[in-house]
Amino acid sequence: MQPERLAALRPSWAQALPRGVAPFAAGLALAFVLQLVVVPLVGDFWARLLMDIGINITLAVSLNMVNGYTGQFSIGHAAFMAVGGYVAGAVTYYGSYLWLDALGPTGRPVVSGAFLGEGDLTFVVAALVGGLAAAAAGFVVGLPSLRLRGDYLAIVTLGFGEIFRVLVQRTDDVKFVAAEVEAAGPLDLLSSVGGALGFGGIPTYTTVFWVWSVVAVVLVVATRLKFSSEGRAFLSVRENEVAAEAMGVDTTRYKVKAFVLAAFFAGLAGALFAHESGTTLNPRELGFQKSFDVVIMVVLGGMGSISGAVLAAILLTLLPELLRSFADWRMVAYAALLIGMMLARPQGLFGLREVWELGRSRRRAP
Amino acid sequence: MSVSPLLDVRDLSIAFGGLKAVSDFALQLNPGDLQGLIGPNGAGKTTVFNLLTGVYTPTSGEVVLAGRRLNGLKPNRIAAAGLARTFQNIRLFANLTVLDNVRVACHLRARTGLFGAVFQTPGHVAEERALRAQALELLEVFGLADRAGADAGSLPYGDQRRLEIARALATEPKVLLLDEPAAGMNPQEKVELSDLITLVRARFGVTVLLIEHDMGLVMKICERITVLDHGVIIANGTPAEIQSHPAVIEAYLGAAP
Repeated sequence: MQPERLAALRPSWAQALPRGVAPFAAGLALAFVLQLVVVPLVGDFWARLLMDIGINITLAVSLNMVNGYTGQFSIGHAAFMAVGGYVAGAVTYYGSYLWLDALGPTGRPVVSGAFLGEGDLTFVVAALVGGLAAAAAGFVVGLPSLRLRGDYLAIVTLGFGEIFRVLVQRTDDVKFVAAEVEAAGPLDLLSSVGGALGFGGIPTYTTVFWVWSVVAVVLVVATRLKFSSEGRAFLSVRENEVAAEAMGVDTTRYKVKAFVLAAFFAGLAGALFAHESGTTLNPRELGFQKSFDVVIMVVLGGMGSISGAVLAAILLTLLPELLRSFADWRMVAYAALLIGMMLARPQGLFGLREVWELGRSRRRAP
Repeated sequence: MSVSPLLDVRDLSIAFGGLKAVSDFALQLNPGDLQGLIGPNGAGKTTVFNLLTGVYTPTSGEVVLAGRRLNGLKPNRIAAAGLARTFQNIRLFANLTVLDNVRVACHLRARTGLFGAVFQTPGHVAEERALRAQALELLEVFGLADRAGADAGSLPYGDQRRLEIARALATEPKVLLLDEPAAGMNPQEKVELSDLITLVRARFGVTVLLIEHDMGLVMKICERITVLDHGVIIANGTPAEIQSHPAVIEAYLGAAP
């Protein structure tokens, strides 16, 4: 591209910066409002549901980058969530002993932090570390996708999830004696995360604010990616790999990139989940059942559609709650509704489209 | 003064198992050439394209584009080096818009990546604007600008063929390989296509290698023609020479009894 042409089209930083930052700021503002205005109004039950919805949105929108944008079929997303959750949980839990004066009167970590209070900085750092650990795992799992596609890749991702689950089951009990924690090395601590019993006692730092801040970030990243040169390269891999390569798209690089990016956000979601009150991080909870839940959200929303994934995540998180009056038949009704929705719209709620693009004609010309 | 050719192909061969699909294929294209590649069905024409663009790895031989050896490079690197193609069986990104199909091919020249996109840096914004303008210009040339927002898969057949050419041109190739661009077109569309190919060469300064079964089209626009049969070059020459070449007539019609 000619530099002079680019220079003429280039906005100044003063013009670009506000537009670049605005959606992030708006998302953060929304998270504040949710936390400070909405949560006190609706009470604990709905606040908890609001957090679950946000975590599921993060998972669905990130998996959509792999399954939707690049058309790879991953069914191991919960494993990345688990990597992020366990790593972040270990950082905040053991970090409370080692670096923070965050031990309560019982000699165990302070269980819950006030909103934007003590411990939140550790939480942010821990979540990022968890996300990065998950991204590293995403890189490892993304590599086979260079040679495998379709069902075969799905099996590899499923296998990765199972391997991680079994590894976690074999870990040692959580340490809770300060002297023992201080004596142990970092690897020792990372492998003392509770095994099959689960990782109890993780501080509950997750708030509606943090969850929805992450939702804002993942939504802005996913949207801006999809509608950029980079994102179109992702989409071309799904549409036709041979043609994409012939047009100069390095398909292998984009597949791995999608895996890494998606795993990072899944790791963040895992960190949020691990620090939510009332959850015990355990290997069964984050098994392939959870992966399937996320795949269903992406498929139901429409492969590639961000708004579709968001809507599906909201629907599928609320549905089990709204169906409580069915008592024993709840999960049957849930499954029946899913089948009904897929029969009505096999391409998902929005197909590849976003909600604001739905007016566009899809009809074949004569 | 002898100038080395833009595209220099020597002794290119590939065998699938025991079958020699292409043997000792050679081709020299100079800048601005418009060369035809013809032959009966199954002669190995598309295989030659697949060898040139890195879809297949040749068993032997050499492909040199503007002094750079392309053998063994992956297809995306070959596209980046300046060799673009269209496909015999259309391979558009059917669920993307017409505009996006072309913009994917502009991707090669995008320098700002994920970070630029996420934070909408000035460099990224400028680049996206330039790519969009460039893609729309190309669509204008191909008469597809008014369909820019439509899904590529929803276009009529002839338009899809033209979009394939537009998309290949968007990679800014030195050499453009067209694989049966007139297949399935009606006579009117074929006339328009031949005008378009001539125009594209003049306007974008590309060198064109054309596989085509429509002899009227090939004879009209190509300056030189290579004829392939059973993976071997049987003739090379101007359209007039090819039309009266005994080996070519034999390949197409069978030997005289």
